[in-house]
Amino acid sequence: MALRASQLSVGDVHEAHVVRNLTRTQLVQYAGASGDYNPVHTDEVFATKVAGYPTVFAHGMLTMGLTGRMLTDYVGDGRLTYYGARFVGQVWPGDDLVATATVKALREEGGQRLVDLAIVTRNQNGQDVLHANATARIDP
Amino acid sequence: MEAGHILLFARSIGDPNPIYADEAYARGTECGGIIAPPTFAIASAQFDDSYPLRPQPGAPWLGSGREPTSRPPSATDARDSRGLHAEQHFEYHRTMRAGDVLSATTRPGRSWEKEGRRGGKLLFSETITEYRDQEGELVVTTRTVGVLPERVVEKE
Repeated sequence: MALRASQLSVGDVHEAHVVRNLTRTQLVQYAGASGDYNPVHTDEVFATKVAGYPTVFAHGMLTMGLTGRMLTDYVGDGRLTYYGARFVGQVWPGDDLVATATVKALREEGGQRLVDLAIVTRNQNGQDVLHANATARIDP
Repeated sequence: MEAGHILLFARSIGDPNPIYADEAYARGTECGGIIAPPTFAIASAQFDDSYPLRPQPGAPWLGSGREPTSRPPSATDARDSRGLHAEQHFEYHRTMRAGDVLSATTRPGRSWEKEGRRGGKLLFSETITEYRDQEGELVVTTRTVGVLPERVVEKE
């Protein structure tokens, strides 16, 4: 269901849990689906002994994909015109992530109503892991 | 863009939305058929013959086997394995749908340097990729920002 400009205000917030207790298996699943087999994400021996990390960690694009679910559940399917993110913190197995979208602007471009959203995804310790922006087409 | 690949990708990001999996459901929505999740264009790496982060048959792979790495990371791997993804942007000209045949063209964007928090320079570089459909119409434009430490910071 698409959003309606008449029912939205700047400052409105939408929030969702996008993963609870992230598993190493989900990192393997994402590697297989996305095609990014960088061993730092799936190979504990490589990640710890060669790359020097405490364990494997999530692909930034997995965090962006998980956050994207909150976004499409909110704005509706096929409604995005832009989605961009900065990866600001690493995401580890066991993490819980909550993604929050805030309405920044409601505008019109060539007769099409648009909403601009600012998005932040945080882990269970309150640390930001992803900062994003998105624009979606909305109904009047 | 195969529906089965879209289904697997949607599962991997934990998204059970039937718009990515159920053709009969999807046909009844304003999208009119199965579409791809917003970050799906990144999975085009699967179809890039020279993509470096996929093991190739017969070639030594960076990851562990008998040893922690079967091919010690070289300078050229830095971008691939030690380099990190800093930003990713998608501009959607239309929704990507199952059945689309997209061709990707990649060009370098800007590059810049920044002082790292732990000392040493960080090198940022941008890559722009345009995905066009069978008719040559632009579907998605992506901008990827990668960051690479000038030298690897030694562990304490």
